[in-house]
Amino acid sequence: MEMSFPIDIFVIIDLILISMLLVVGIAIVRLNNLFVIVMLYGVYSLLAATWFVSLDAVDVAFTEAAVGAGISTVLMLGAMLLTSRESKPTTPIRRWTSLLIVLVTGIALIYATFDMPAFGDPNSPANSYVGLMYLKATITDISVPNVVTAILASYRGFDTFGEVVVVLTAGLGVMLILGIDSRRSRSGEVENKDAIAKEANTKNKPEKINALNHHIVLQVVAKMLIPIIILYALYVHFHGDYGPGGGFQAGVIFASAIILYSLIFGMDQTRRAIPPKLVQFGSALGVLIYGGTGIITILMGGKFLDYNMLDQNDTIHAQHMGILMIEVGVLVTVASVMLSIYYGFAGRYRQLKDQNW
Amino acid sequence: MSFEMLLSNAAALVVVVPLLGGAIAMLLGSSRLAWSWSLICALVTFSLALVLLAGVLGGQNISYEMGAWVSPLGILFEIDALNVLLITLVSAMGLLALLYGLPTIDQEVDRHQHAMFFGTFLICVAGLIGVSITGDAFNVFVFLEVSSISTYVLVAMGSKQNRQALTASFNYLILGTIGATFFVIGVGLLYMATGTLNMADISRVLAETGSDRVVRAAFAFIVIGLGLKTAMFPLHTWLPNAYAFSPSMIGVFLASTATKVALYMLIRFLYSVFSAGQSFETAMFDYVLAPMAVTAMIVCSVQASFQSDVRRLLAYSSVAQIGYMLLGLSMGTVAGLAAALIHLFNHALMKGALFMAVGIAGLGLGVVRISEMRGLGKTMPLTAAGLSIAGLSLMGVPLTAGFISKYYLVIAALERGWWWAVVAIVVSSVLAIFYVGRMIEVMYLQEPPKTTDDAAVTVRSPILPLIALYVLVIANVWFFFDPSLPMGLANTAANELIGGGGS
Repeated sequence: MEMSFPIDIFVIIDLILISMLLVVGIAIVRLNNLFVIVMLYGVYSLLAATWFVSLDAVDVAFTEAAVGAGISTVLMLGAMLLTSRESKPTTPIRRWTSLLIVLVTGIALIYATFDMPAFGDPNSPANSYVGLMYLKATITDISVPNVVTAILASYRGFDTFGEVVVVLTAGLGVMLILGIDSRRSRSGEVENKDAIAKEANTKNKPEKINALNHHIVLQVVAKMLIPIIILYALYVHFHGDYGPGGGFQAGVIFASAIILYSLIFGMDQTRRAIPPKLVQFGSALGVLIYGGTGIITILMGGKFLDYNMLDQNDTIHAQHMGILMIEVGVLVTVASVMLSIYYGFAGRYRQLKDQNW
Repeated sequence: MSFEMLLSNAAALVVVVPLLGGAIAMLLGSSRLAWSWSLICALVTFSLALVLLAGVLGGQNISYEMGAWVSPLGILFEIDALNVLLITLVSAMGLLALLYGLPTIDQEVDRHQHAMFFGTFLICVAGLIGVSITGDAFNVFVFLEVSSISTYVLVAMGSKQNRQALTASFNYLILGTIGATFFVIGVGLLYMATGTLNMADISRVLAETGSDRVVRAAFAFIVIGLGLKTAMFPLHTWLPNAYAFSPSMIGVFLASTATKVALYMLIRFLYSVFSAGQSFETAMFDYVLAPMAVTAMIVCSVQASFQSDVRRLLAYSSVAQIGYMLLGLSMGTVAGLAAALIHLFNHALMKGALFMAVGIAGLGLGVVRISEMRGLGKTMPLTAAGLSIAGLSLMGVPLTAGFISKYYLVIAALERGWWWAVVAIVVSSVLAIFYVGRMIEVMYLQEPPKTTDDAAVTVRSPILPLIALYVLVIANVWFFFDPSLPMGLANTAANELIGGGGS
């Protein structure tokens, strides 16, 4: 034992991160300004992602960073712009009831901790039973270095299929309720119309107002960044077997690149580059690729998502093929749905001014 | 695909067909094309469910290994007497709701949205079947999310008719998400305690190791999570508006399936995963579940009596009827559990028919409130008759399926010595007579609103919704005379769950 510290340094880091999460959480509850709250959500996710890294759950950390800190902050800001900047005060009764419910829930969780296995205990059920089986079997069954990918994409591939459908359903919800093609502004946005008129008068460029395109620096930097981001998305996608990553994270990163483009160059240009119809098609296409892979394995005489059927001489190769196919499905649906949600929100206001961000 | 291949993969396809069908339906531009496609998918799904039903009735429980991975490495689908009833019910109601839905949806949802609407509906059907069919606790969560998120969307689509659909959907979303989160916390705790996610495997490990605080906390989280989804009193506040303001086809489908599937999960967890008979569970049955069930039966029946909106009346009655089922399952006996399952099945038939009839009346005459049903017996005789028969079934009148379930529930309560439960059943039934009777009285004893030429108008009802309605109305009578299908399955299931000790 070469430990010079009485306590493991990682435990201290974990404790610091947890305390910071707690502080941010309390701040979110106490604040009324939604803009600040959205920003703090981003901070919260980033802290959580850091904590997951320290817990060696890098795949989860990656997803949390990409989704929680990245894209959902943009989407929340988009939602906020359509509604309000301040939350309405609640009644005291409501506040105290909520506190009571949260307290009871917290007590139940703390009650459970007394019998929980020690942190990192190698003999705990979670570390010694099915988890251990995965670690042992992955090498012979699937032979990818990243066991998380093996579990998500193959052993429990049907769960991931369901998750992709959840993502599609969320996209369908936005498409149905907000519409992704809508350029009409609704009656509730009168003040916005005034703002448009004002903006149009001052700038005299009404067709480009929905953008930050008067910021030359931003434009130049974005133009350089976007290809790199997309390249990175592809790297994350295809490297998922070896390191943290995969279709889900890659889809989110890909969508972020397009959203960045849209923020700088405007919705109309983005719509021309990636039409809403294509986004709608893509959302379904990914699910069809994923499910189609399962149907193919059935047609080849196996069970649903039994990748071994894809190449019966070399099941390792077959597994890799199957994982690759479904990951493409995940990528396509996730990227398309993220864009459709963004289109749904962004299509609702005619313009974004600097001060809105 | 050879026919044999289709049959041997029926368990997977019954979920996958509507899922992929939904993804395709959303891309079909035309409303009629999307509807026809969805109807075909629903028909195939129902046929696959019948294949599974035939298999289980033949005495063979079916299990299916997803991806050919053996449990507990992979996800296992397990089909027995308990869930095959649900799978058949959900797929049948999906088919009937689609058959019923076309004319109402034309009125309630913008045409360019139809393709995506039907796509979402198929995904919702698939989600509910997925929850019912899987033997894996985390997979339950995934499909619970598929079905819930699609449900929120579908409820919100009532907003063209009434903007309140949006707030109803939002309320449902918040409470449903809390429910799902509680459920997944519970599953996480169970994984911590057992190291596995397969429900049969969790049950086996728990039987070996016994329960500790982690397991008890998991129990509490899962019961509350599923209780929210089941609309267990007092966690039912999302339900009335969600049912009342959704498009009528969605009201029909949700009222007959959504809470039933959540209730099934509750049964599965209470009796199979946490094998019944552990002290904390029996205490929960006696001191929480049964009193809440009885309260729901009475309070919500009273609330139903005071509603003026027909669909809200039916929705409150649903919460009361869920109380009957919870009462049955809280008895902890074979008879009680079987009675709960029979009522689950029968209630789906009667509420489905009632919501359909009200929807048809709404289509013809714009009926929303009870007072607007005046003289429906003359203006829309077939619809009024269907509504009355289903209403009688809801009261529990002999010659209808509702009588069977109430009869067995009373027998089970007497057998358990719960005389107060019998009193509650009687009181709640009297209240049902009151609120159903009010509808029948308005329909038959009051004159229809006069038109200018002083002649009562008869309104022609569209044929497809009437067919769907009468399928259910006939089922309500049929399952009085021949209740062997639900009763056989319910008894087998109850015996397996209680006799088998949850293994």
